[in-house]
Amino acid sequence: MTVDAFETPDLMLALPEIWLLAMACVVLVVDLFATDRDHGPAYWLTQLTLVVGAVLTIQTQWGVDATTFSGTYVADSAGVILKVSVMLLAFLGFAYSRDYMRDRGLLRGEYYMLSLFAVLGMVVTISAHSLLTLYLGIELMSLCLYALVAMDRDSVRASEAAMKYFVLGALASGMLLYGMSMLYGTTGSLDMATIREAVATLEENRLLFLFGLVFLVVGVAFKFGAVPFHMWVPDVYQGAPTPITLMIATASKVAAVGLFLRLIGDGLQPLVSDWQQMLTVLAVLSLIVGNIVALVQTNIKRMLAYSTFNHIGFIFLGFIAGTASGYAASVFYAVTYSLTVAAAFGVVLLLSRAGYEADQLSDFKGLNDRSPLFALVTLILMVSLTGIPGTVGFYAKWMVLKAVVEEGMIWLAVMAVLGAVVGAFYYLRLVRYCYFDKPEGEGPQPNGSGGFRAVLAVNGLAILVLGIFPGTLIALCMAAFGV
Amino acid sequence: MLESSWPLLSVLIWLPIVGGVLVLLLGDGREAQGRMLALVVAGLSFLLSLGLLTGFQPDTAAMQFVELRPWVESLGVNYFLGVDGISMPLILLTTFSTVLVIMAGWGRITYKPSLYFACFLIMSGIVVGVFSALDAILFYVFWEAVLVPMFLIIGIWGGQNRIYATIKFFLYTFAGSVLMLVALIYLQFQAGSFAILDMYGLNLPLSTQIWLFIAFLLAFAIKVPMWPVHTWLPDAHVQAPTGGSVILAAIMLKIGGYGFVRFSLPVVPGASLELDWLMILLSLIAVVYIGLVAMMQQDMKKLIAYSSIAHMGFVTLGFFVIFDIMVRTGGSGALLALGGGMVQMISHGFISAAMFLCVGVLYDRMHTRMISEYGGVANRMPVFAGLFLLFAMANAGLPGTSGFVGEFMVILAAFQANFWYAFAAALTLILGAAYTLWMVKRVMYGEVANDKVAALQDVDAREKLVLGTLAVAVLWLGLYPGPLVEVMEPTLANLLEIVAAGL
Repeated sequence: MTVDAFETPDLMLALPEIWLLAMACVVLVVDLFATDRDHGPAYWLTQLTLVVGAVLTIQTQWGVDATTFSGTYVADSAGVILKVSVMLLAFLGFAYSRDYMRDRGLLRGEYYMLSLFAVLGMVVTISAHSLLTLYLGIELMSLCLYALVAMDRDSVRASEAAMKYFVLGALASGMLLYGMSMLYGTTGSLDMATIREAVATLEENRLLFLFGLVFLVVGVAFKFGAVPFHMWVPDVYQGAPTPITLMIATASKVAAVGLFLRLIGDGLQPLVSDWQQMLTVLAVLSLIVGNIVALVQTNIKRMLAYSTFNHIGFIFLGFIAGTASGYAASVFYAVTYSLTVAAAFGVVLLLSRAGYEADQLSDFKGLNDRSPLFALVTLILMVSLTGIPGTVGFYAKWMVLKAVVEEGMIWLAVMAVLGAVVGAFYYLRLVRYCYFDKPEGEGPQPNGSGGFRAVLAVNGLAILVLGIFPGTLIALCMAAFGV
Repeated sequence: MLESSWPLLSVLIWLPIVGGVLVLLLGDGREAQGRMLALVVAGLSFLLSLGLLTGFQPDTAAMQFVELRPWVESLGVNYFLGVDGISMPLILLTTFSTVLVIMAGWGRITYKPSLYFACFLIMSGIVVGVFSALDAILFYVFWEAVLVPMFLIIGIWGGQNRIYATIKFFLYTFAGSVLMLVALIYLQFQAGSFAILDMYGLNLPLSTQIWLFIAFLLAFAIKVPMWPVHTWLPDAHVQAPTGGSVILAAIMLKIGGYGFVRFSLPVVPGASLELDWLMILLSLIAVVYIGLVAMMQQDMKKLIAYSSIAHMGFVTLGFFVIFDIMVRTGGSGALLALGGGMVQMISHGFISAAMFLCVGVLYDRMHTRMISEYGGVANRMPVFAGLFLLFAMANAGLPGTSGFVGEFMVILAAFQANFWYAFAAALTLILGAAYTLWMVKRVMYGEVANDKVAALQDVDAREKLVLGTLAVAVLWLGLYPGPLVEVMEPTLANLLEIVAAGL
């Protein structure tokens, strides 16, 4: 990338990021003066930031396809979908976590500030158009998340999780950076468009490129938590405070999709036949390993961690197709899956109370007697994760399968659906606990403010409504990729 | 295709679903209003579904009452509904059975009654959707969605071992149908559309057809169920509450049979011809071997469950014996075989529903299903004994009842294919009579076995109404099956043409 002349960057194009950054600072300052232990001003400001941020993103970036800051930042429709999802998921996370964090003395200004910076890191990653921006976004997100996992500093589990997350995350960043250095070394550019052109006309140095590609794929797989780079996921999910787990399980997955699309899906598109093979191995392993280990979990956070691998396998299938409709399918999958999982963690948060973590599967026993509404929500969520029609999870799986079948990889589709059958077993076990079993003793009561319950119920029912009328969201995802 | 000016099929799908949600919202506190609402909705659906019968044009094979609207436009999925002579009678059977089931659960269900009635109503809407969907994805959506309410019905209101049974039921059927999804996506890719009718006559290469056939076979064979993938059915039936058993036997099994005529035969006729020996073999094993298994059962519900499998064997025999008749022997009985299979499906819907309801009547009073704990019931329940005997006779295939018609048609057609097919199939007339009548003898006749039997009360007005209605249906279909056959004939003839063209 050579800058021939100084040009004023089009700041308007990056308005959402600028807004997030400014507001994160405002939240920090406002919270300094806050006196109430609920940190009300910080909470409401944060939620406002996210809502306005989402609106700004749609307003300034939908239908646009332009770069700014000398080509290091790109604004396009695909980015809009991912960014709005990230902000929406963060919004849900904050709405669900207030009671939980307060009960545990974790509700501090830093929680909001760090989370907002993590969100900023995610949206920057999604909009990156240069290796440098990409790395910047990833690191901003990761560093904030490490700190957030460790927020419950008196908890041994949380400290262990943070340590693991940090060490392995740093390793992944190293891999990513090493791969990037190879790209830079062969093309002499950090700019994605230039790299893409160079790769397309590649004649020599192909081996070096592929060598670098391996590191990039490994780095991306680490960030997703795809098998066999998944070791950190269960411990982090279980050890981190549940609201942070929610953030890692949802928003950061969506950001990882952005990372893949910018770096490999788009930037290294000409090498598709090479990374297809690598991703196939990752996807197949993810589909198998996650499911089998998830069968024997008794802790719901761990179960969701292991079942994530199966879903990552599905998301990778869309990438493997390597077509625009495949990418659209993956984005749709990631967004709807994250929405579903956010609600699942929401139910866990709802059942938890001061001094009690409702993170055992057995805590769900007899939920239908205690709260028919949230038993129904759990039913919908689990059915959607299984991929039964009538819920949005089915369309996500179907779009991915369609993309794969159209590329002639029928055996992958068959593997994936067989994996879904195994998944049905442990998802149904939760439904079984909610509806068929009686609790031992009282069983945890749902507790939480009215607003929390309302948002959670809407989140749950949205999975059903999107399952019956999926057309609009699918059309948006397809439009974003020009299908 | 005949468009309809009024979205009757949509109403039949969504009225019960919305009604079910309303019943659920009413809650258990207002149980009386809830179940009344459920009955009204089910009754209204049934009356409206009669509109399908009166408005149906029996002289054409075209789809009728067609509704076509874009649904997921960006992916080419349409909300595409319509019925022909195959699906219309099955829809009527569905709405009819739902009314009976709601009446059968009246006042009997004390734990969460609103959820119970809601599940049945919602299921009825979904099943009508299965039978009327003409878009493959829409079909698949309804096909899978039906599992969820059934899962809850068996799991919440079932017997001792209900959780094992319901999870087995769910996983079995889910495992069977996921491969069908891949097959449907592949077919869309080949046909360029998800419309089921566009998938006919594609003339795919035989090896591809065989893979598709296997994917469909897994899905449908598990639902029917065919030997050897039938093992979920006895468990599910025994554990399910009476209403669940009725719906399972009367409707859910028919979805599998319907799948064969809607997909396997016309979409992959080449593979169906190639593998028809397998299908005939499995059907005959179901008829003979499962018949023998039924004879050995100690549990009434299990006995009826096994007899269901044996009777469904006739359905699949009728559907797949047509190739031998058409291609190898050149006879004209193919239409008879298909028609026999269809009539058998409807008839089995009535008879198995009636048999399970009868067991339910006894179970409500005695809380046991074991044959050995009964004896001499006829002395205390004469009216019930008469009805039970009628249904048992129908189950055994007595001429004059609906059970005879379908079996006779299939056996007659099988003669044209191969004498030994017909011979093996005809064994059912002996086996069926043996296991059913032996059960009737042990339960109904002889001395009053114990004090609990001595204290039995005969059927009340509600039970009389439910069983009486079914008795009329069984006799009507047995004595005068003409109208039903006429309704189906043009569609089945057209189906045969499609199959013949694809060979």
